[in-house]
Amino acid sequence: MPDGFFDAPVSVGAGVAAAAGIAVSLRGAHRELDDRTAPLAGLSAAFIFAAQMINFPVAAGTSGHLMGGALAAILVGPYAGVLCISVVLLVQMLFADGGVTAYGINVTLMALTGVLVGYGVFRLVMRLWPPGAPRRAGLGAASFLGALASVPASALVFVALFAIGGTADLPLGAVLGAMLGVHVLIGIGEGVITALTVGAVAAVRPDLVYGLRGQAAPLQIRTPETAEA
Amino acid sequence: MKTGNRRFLLVFLLIALAVAGVLSHYASGDPDGLTKVAEDKGFAAQEKEHALADSPLSDYAVEGVENERLSGGLAGVIGVGLTALAGGGLFWAVRRRGGRTPADAPAGR
Repeated sequence: MPDGFFDAPVSVGAGVAAAAGIAVSLRGAHRELDDRTAPLAGLSAAFIFAAQMINFPVAAGTSGHLMGGALAAILVGPYAGVLCISVVLLVQMLFADGGVTAYGINVTLMALTGVLVGYGVFRLVMRLWPPGAPRRAGLGAASFLGALASVPASALVFVALFAIGGTADLPLGAVLGAMLGVHVLIGIGEGVITALTVGAVAAVRPDLVYGLRGQAAPLQIRTPETAEA
Repeated sequence: MKTGNRRFLLVFLLIALAVAGVLSHYASGDPDGLTKVAEDKGFAAQEKEHALADSPLSDYAVEGVENERLSGGLAGVIGVGLTALAGGGLFWAVRRRGGRTPADAPAGR
Protein backbone atom coordinates (compact mmCIF):
# COMPACT_ATOMS: atom_id res chain seq x y z
CA MET A 1 0.00 0.00 0.00
CA PRO A 2 1.36 3.42 -0.94
CA ASP A 3 1.73 6.51 1.21
CA GLY A 4 -1.10 9.01 1.38
CA PHE A 5 -4.16 6.88 2.15
CA PHE A 6 -4.08 7.49 5.92
CA ASP A 7 -3.71 10.52 8.15
CA ALA A 8 -0.82 10.95 10.56
CA PRO A 9 -2.52 9.66 13.75
CA VAL A 10 -3.52 6.35 12.15
CA SER A 11 -0.10 5.99 10.48
CA VAL A 12 1.65 6.61 13.79
CA GLY A 13 -0.76 4.39 15.71
CA ALA A 14 -0.26 1.55 13.26
CA GLY A 15 3.48 2.19 13.46
CA VAL A 16 3.36 1.70 17.22
CA ALA A 17 1.30 -1.48 16.83
CA ALA A 18 3.76 -2.75 14.21
CA ALA A 19 6.77 -1.98 16.42
CA ALA A 20 5.16 -3.80 19.35
CA GLY A 21 4.25 -6.75 17.16
CA ILE A 22 7.78 -6.97 15.77
CA ALA A 23 9.30 -6.72 19.26
CA VAL A 24 7.09 -9.55 20.55
CA SER A 25 7.87 -11.56 17.42
CA LEU A 26 11.62 -11.18 17.90
CA ARG A 27 11.25 -12.88 21.28
CA GLY A 28 8.82 -15.49 19.98
CA ALA A 29 10.93 -16.33 16.95
CA HIS A 30 13.80 -17.18 19.29
CA ARG A 31 11.72 -20.12 20.55
CA GLU A 32 10.54 -21.13 17.09
CA LEU A 33 13.82 -21.16 15.20
CA ASP A 34 16.92 -23.27 15.59
CA ASP A 35 19.99 -24.06 13.49
CA ARG A 36 17.90 -26.12 11.09
CA THR A 37 14.87 -23.89 10.66
CA ALA A 38 16.47 -20.41 10.71
CA PRO A 39 17.79 -20.74 7.12
CA LEU A 40 14.34 -21.93 5.98
CA ALA A 41 12.83 -18.81 7.54
CA GLY A 42 15.23 -16.57 5.62
CA LEU A 43 14.46 -18.35 2.38
CA SER A 44 10.73 -18.28 3.09
CA ALA A 45 10.96 -14.50 3.23
CA ALA A 46 12.87 -14.52 -0.08
CA PHE A 47 10.27 -16.82 -1.63
CA ILE A 48 7.45 -14.56 -0.46
CA PHE A 49 9.23 -11.53 -1.94
CA ALA A 50 9.36 -13.42 -5.24
CA ALA A 51 5.76 -14.62 -5.04
CA GLN A 52 4.49 -11.10 -4.30
CA MET A 53 5.81 -10.06 -7.72
CA ILE A 54 3.40 -12.46 -9.40
CA ASN A 55 0.10 -10.69 -9.90
CA PHE A 56 -2.57 -13.13 -11.02
CA PRO A 57 -5.84 -12.07 -12.65
CA VAL A 58 -8.89 -12.33 -10.38
CA ALA A 59 -11.57 -10.44 -12.27
CA ALA A 60 -11.88 -8.21 -15.33
CA GLY A 61 -9.10 -5.66 -15.12
CA THR A 62 -8.11 -6.62 -11.57
CA SER A 63 -5.25 -8.67 -10.24
CA GLY A 64 -4.02 -9.89 -6.88
CA HIS A 65 -0.84 -11.26 -5.43
CA LEU A 66 0.21 -13.34 -2.46
CA MET A 67 0.45 -11.59 0.90
CA GLY A 68 2.21 -14.54 2.50
CA GLY A 69 1.38 -14.18 6.20
CA ALA A 70 -0.35 -17.54 6.46
CA LEU A 71 2.30 -19.25 4.35
CA ALA A 72 5.17 -17.91 6.44
CA ALA A 73 3.46 -18.76 9.72
CA ILE A 74 2.65 -22.35 8.68
CA LEU A 75 6.18 -22.95 7.40
CA VAL A 76 8.28 -21.33 10.13
CA GLY A 77 5.92 -20.32 12.95
CA PRO A 78 3.69 -17.31 13.61
CA TYR A 79 6.34 -15.12 15.27
CA ALA A 80 8.96 -15.82 12.63
CA GLY A 81 6.17 -15.39 10.08
CA VAL A 82 5.50 -11.83 11.24
CA LEU A 83 9.20 -11.10 10.87
CA CYS A 84 9.30 -12.68 7.38
CA ILE A 85 6.59 -10.37 6.07
CA SER A 86 8.08 -7.34 7.86
CA VAL A 87 11.45 -8.00 6.17
CA VAL A 88 9.77 -8.42 2.76
CA LEU A 89 7.93 -5.11 3.21
CA LEU A 90 11.19 -3.40 4.17
CA VAL A 91 13.05 -4.68 1.11
CA GLN A 92 10.14 -3.69 -1.14
CA MET A 93 10.72 -0.06 -0.20
CA LEU A 94 13.95 -0.13 -2.23
CA PHE A 95 11.72 -0.92 -5.20
CA ALA A 96 9.49 2.07 -4.39
CA ASP A 97 6.74 -0.42 -3.57
CA GLY A 98 4.79 0.01 -0.33
CA GLY A 99 4.91 3.37 1.35
CA VAL A 100 7.43 4.56 3.92
CA THR A 101 5.01 6.25 6.32
CA ALA A 102 2.60 3.42 5.46
CA TYR A 103 5.09 0.79 6.69
CA GLY A 104 3.36 0.46 10.05
CA ILE A 105 -0.02 0.04 8.36
CA ASN A 106 1.37 -2.50 5.91
CA VAL A 107 2.94 -4.51 8.77
CA THR A 108 -0.33 -4.30 10.71
CA LEU A 109 -2.40 -5.49 7.73
CA MET A 110 -0.18 -8.04 6.06
CA ALA A 111 2.12 -9.30 8.83
CA LEU A 112 0.07 -9.01 12.04
CA THR A 113 -3.46 -9.52 10.68
CA GLY A 114 -2.33 -11.94 7.98
CA VAL A 115 -0.46 -14.15 10.44
CA LEU A 116 -3.00 -13.95 13.28
CA VAL A 117 -5.99 -14.85 11.13
CA GLY A 118 -4.14 -17.11 8.70
CA TYR A 119 -2.40 -19.16 11.35
CA GLY A 120 -5.41 -19.09 13.69
CA VAL A 121 -7.72 -20.58 11.06
CA PHE A 122 -4.99 -23.04 10.04
CA ARG A 123 -4.69 -24.34 13.63
CA LEU A 124 -8.46 -24.52 14.00
CA VAL A 125 -8.89 -26.62 10.86
CA MET A 126 -5.98 -28.87 11.87
CA ARG A 127 -7.62 -29.46 15.24
CA LEU A 128 -11.05 -30.15 13.73
CA TRP A 129 -9.70 -32.46 11.03
CA PRO A 130 -10.93 -36.00 11.77
CA PRO A 131 -8.11 -38.17 13.14
CA GLY A 132 -8.91 -40.93 10.67
CA ALA A 133 -8.88 -38.71 7.59
CA PRO A 134 -5.72 -38.38 5.47
CA ARG A 135 -3.19 -36.09 7.19
CA ARG A 136 -1.92 -34.68 3.94
CA ALA A 137 -5.40 -33.55 2.90
CA GLY A 138 -5.83 -31.99 6.35
CA LEU A 139 -2.64 -30.00 5.95
CA GLY A 140 -3.74 -28.84 2.51
CA ALA A 141 -7.25 -27.89 3.64
CA ALA A 142 -5.98 -26.06 6.71
CA SER A 143 -3.37 -24.18 4.67
CA PHE A 144 -5.89 -23.24 2.00
CA LEU A 145 -8.57 -22.05 4.42
CA GLY A 146 -6.15 -20.18 6.69
CA ALA A 147 -4.62 -18.32 3.75
CA LEU A 148 -8.05 -17.70 2.18
CA ALA A 149 -9.40 -16.17 5.40
CA SER A 150 -6.35 -13.98 5.98
CA VAL A 151 -6.85 -11.84 2.86
CA PRO A 152 -10.41 -10.52 3.42
CA ALA A 153 -9.48 -10.17 7.11
CA SER A 154 -6.68 -7.78 6.14
CA ALA A 155 -9.07 -5.95 3.80
CA LEU A 156 -11.51 -5.61 6.71
CA VAL A 157 -8.81 -4.09 8.94
CA PHE A 158 -7.88 -1.75 6.09
CA VAL A 159 -11.44 -0.45 5.90
CA ALA A 160 -11.63 -0.14 9.70
CA LEU A 161 -8.46 1.97 9.71
CA PHE A 162 -9.80 3.95 6.76
CA ALA A 163 -12.94 4.69 8.77
CA ILE A 164 -10.76 6.07 11.57
CA GLY A 165 -8.25 8.04 9.57
CA GLY A 166 -8.60 7.67 5.81
CA THR A 167 -7.65 10.73 3.78
CA ALA A 168 -10.82 10.67 1.70
CA ASP A 169 -14.42 10.98 2.83
CA LEU A 170 -16.11 7.98 1.28
CA PRO A 171 -19.20 5.86 1.78
CA LEU A 172 -17.61 3.19 3.92
CA GLY A 173 -20.20 0.54 3.19
CA ALA A 174 -19.42 0.66 -0.51
CA VAL A 175 -15.68 0.60 0.13
CA LEU A 176 -16.10 -2.35 2.51
CA GLY A 177 -18.18 -4.29 0.00
CA ALA A 178 -15.75 -3.67 -2.84
CA MET A 179 -12.70 -4.48 -0.70
CA LEU A 180 -14.18 -7.71 0.70
CA GLY A 181 -15.48 -8.87 -2.68
CA VAL A 182 -12.22 -8.55 -4.55
CA HIS A 183 -10.14 -9.81 -1.62
CA VAL A 184 -12.16 -13.00 -1.24
CA LEU A 185 -11.21 -13.72 -4.86
CA ILE A 186 -7.57 -12.86 -4.18
CA GLY A 187 -7.81 -15.02 -1.05
CA ILE A 188 -8.62 -18.05 -3.21
CA GLY A 189 -5.35 -17.48 -5.07
CA GLU A 190 -3.59 -16.97 -1.75
CA GLY A 191 -5.05 -20.26 -0.52
CA VAL A 192 -4.01 -22.21 -3.62
CA ILE A 193 -0.43 -20.87 -3.59
CA THR A 194 -0.12 -21.45 0.17
CA ALA A 195 -1.50 -25.00 0.08
CA LEU A 196 0.72 -25.93 -2.88
CA THR A 197 3.85 -24.47 -1.29
CA VAL A 198 3.24 -25.98 2.15
CA GLY A 199 2.39 -29.30 0.49
CA ALA A 200 5.60 -29.26 -1.54
CA VAL A 201 7.77 -28.55 1.51
CA ALA A 202 5.90 -31.11 3.61
CA ALA A 203 6.39 -33.73 0.90
CA VAL A 204 10.18 -33.52 1.05
CA ARG A 205 10.90 -32.13 4.53
CA PRO A 206 7.90 -32.56 6.85
CA ASP A 207 10.24 -32.17 9.82
CA LEU A 208 10.83 -28.53 8.86
CA VAL A 209 7.17 -27.51 8.66
CA TYR A 210 6.25 -25.64 11.84
CA GLY A 211 2.53 -26.24 11.36
CA LEU A 212 3.10 -30.00 11.60
CA ARG A 213 4.88 -29.86 14.96
CA GLY A 214 3.17 -31.62 17.81
CA GLN A 215 0.98 -33.71 15.51
CA ALA A 216 -0.09 -37.03 16.99
CA ALA A 217 0.68 -38.71 13.70
CA PRO A 218 3.16 -36.45 11.98
CA LEU A 219 3.36 -36.52 8.25
CA GLN A 220 6.73 -38.20 8.03
CA ILE A 221 8.59 -40.00 5.35
CA ARG A 222 10.22 -43.11 6.79
CA THR A 223 13.75 -43.89 5.75
CA PRO A 224 16.38 -45.99 7.53
CA GLU A 225 17.93 -42.73 8.67
CA THR A 226 14.83 -41.49 10.49
CA ALA A 227 13.74 -44.92 11.67
CA GLU A 228 16.86 -45.59 13.69
CA ALA A 229 16.81 -42.26 15.50
CA MET B 1 13.71 -40.19 0.07
CA LYS B 2 14.62 -37.49 2.48
CA THR B 3 16.20 -34.42 1.05
CA GLY B 4 19.29 -33.11 2.81
CA ASN B 5 19.26 -29.67 4.34
CA ARG B 6 21.64 -27.99 1.93
CA ARG B 7 20.09 -29.51 -1.11
CA PHE B 8 16.60 -28.59 0.08
CA LEU B 9 17.58 -24.98 0.84
CA LEU B 10 19.38 -24.64 -2.49
CA VAL B 11 16.34 -25.87 -4.43
CA PHE B 12 14.07 -23.54 -2.45
CA LEU B 13 16.36 -20.58 -3.23
CA LEU B 14 16.53 -21.51 -6.92
CA ILE B 15 12.73 -21.66 -7.12
CA ALA B 16 12.46 -18.20 -5.52
CA LEU B 17 15.05 -16.84 -7.97
CA ALA B 18 13.21 -18.39 -10.92
CA VAL B 19 9.88 -16.96 -9.80
CA ALA B 20 11.30 -13.46 -9.30
CA GLY B 21 13.74 -13.55 -12.20
CA VAL B 22 11.71 -15.26 -14.93
CA LEU B 23 8.07 -15.89 -14.01
CA SER B 24 7.56 -12.29 -12.85
CA HIS B 25 7.72 -11.16 -16.48
CA TYR B 26 4.42 -12.94 -17.09
CA ALA B 27 2.62 -11.43 -14.10
CA SER B 28 -0.64 -9.58 -14.73
CA GLY B 29 -0.19 -5.88 -15.30
CA ASP B 30 -3.70 -5.07 -14.13
CA PRO B 31 -4.10 -3.01 -10.95
CA ASP B 32 -4.29 -5.13 -7.80
CA GLY B 33 -7.37 -5.36 -5.60
CA LEU B 34 -6.60 -2.34 -3.44
CA THR B 35 -5.50 -0.16 -6.37
CA LYS B 36 -8.64 -1.08 -8.30
CA VAL B 37 -10.93 -0.26 -5.38
CA ALA B 38 -9.03 3.00 -4.84
CA GLU B 39 -9.58 3.90 -8.49
CA ASP B 40 -13.24 2.89 -8.52
CA LYS B 41 -14.14 4.53 -5.22
CA GLY B 42 -12.13 7.65 -5.83
CA PHE B 43 -9.30 7.64 -3.32
CA ALA B 44 -6.49 6.69 -5.71
CA ALA B 45 -5.64 10.37 -6.06
CA GLN B 46 -4.64 10.43 -2.40
CA GLU B 47 -1.60 8.32 -3.21
CA LYS B 48 1.64 10.18 -2.70
CA GLU B 49 4.76 9.62 -4.75
CA HIS B 50 7.05 7.13 -3.08
CA ALA B 51 9.88 8.65 -1.05
CA LEU B 52 12.25 6.27 -2.81
CA ALA B 53 10.77 6.79 -6.29
CA ASP B 54 14.27 7.72 -7.49
CA SER B 55 15.70 4.43 -6.24
CA PRO B 56 17.78 2.65 -8.91
CA LEU B 57 15.42 -0.31 -8.39
CA SER B 58 12.22 1.72 -8.56
CA ASP B 59 9.17 -0.16 -9.88
CA TYR B 60 11.05 -3.46 -10.09
CA ALA B 61 13.37 -2.34 -12.87
CA VAL B 62 17.12 -1.81 -12.73
CA GLU B 63 18.11 1.68 -13.76
CA GLY B 64 20.20 1.70 -16.92
CA VAL B 65 19.14 -1.74 -18.13
CA GLU B 66 17.10 -1.06 -21.26
CA ASN B 67 15.76 -4.52 -21.99
CA GLU B 68 12.51 -4.75 -20.05
CA ARG B 69 12.61 -8.48 -19.43
CA LEU B 70 16.24 -8.36 -18.29
CA SER B 71 15.71 -5.30 -16.15
CA GLY B 72 12.67 -6.73 -14.37
CA GLY B 73 14.23 -10.15 -13.94
CA LEU B 74 17.43 -8.66 -12.55
CA ALA B 75 15.43 -6.52 -10.11
CA GLY B 76 13.60 -9.63 -8.94
CA VAL B 77 16.84 -11.57 -8.46
CA ILE B 78 18.35 -8.65 -6.52
CA GLY B 79 15.23 -8.46 -4.35
CA VAL B 80 15.30 -12.19 -3.58
CA GLY B 81 19.00 -11.94 -2.75
CA LEU B 82 18.51 -8.94 -0.46
CA THR B 83 15.53 -10.54 1.27
CA ALA B 84 17.40 -13.82 1.77
CA LEU B 85 20.39 -11.96 3.23
CA ALA B 86 18.33 -9.67 5.47
CA GLY B 87 15.94 -12.43 6.58
CA GLY B 88 18.65 -15.07 6.88
CA GLY B 89 20.84 -12.75 8.94
CA LEU B 90 17.97 -11.73 11.20
CA PHE B 91 16.74 -15.28 11.78
CA TRP B 92 20.24 -16.64 12.32
CA ALA B 93 20.76 -13.95 14.96
CA VAL B 94 17.49 -14.60 16.84
CA ARG B 95 17.51 -18.41 16.60
CA ARG B 96 17.70 -20.68 19.61
CA ARG B 97 21.32 -21.77 20.01
CA GLY B 98 22.48 -25.30 20.43
CA GLY B 99 20.31 -27.01 17.86
CA ARG B 100 17.23 -29.08 18.51
CA THR B 101 14.31 -29.52 20.77
CA PRO B 102 13.74 -33.10 21.93
CA ALA B 103 10.51 -33.16 19.93
CA ASP B 104 12.04 -32.61 16.55
CA ALA B 105 15.46 -34.12 17.16
CA PRO B 106 14.71 -37.53 15.63
CA ALA B 107 13.77 -36.04 12.30
CA GLY B 108 16.86 -33.85 12.15
CA ARG B 109 19.59 -33.44 9.58
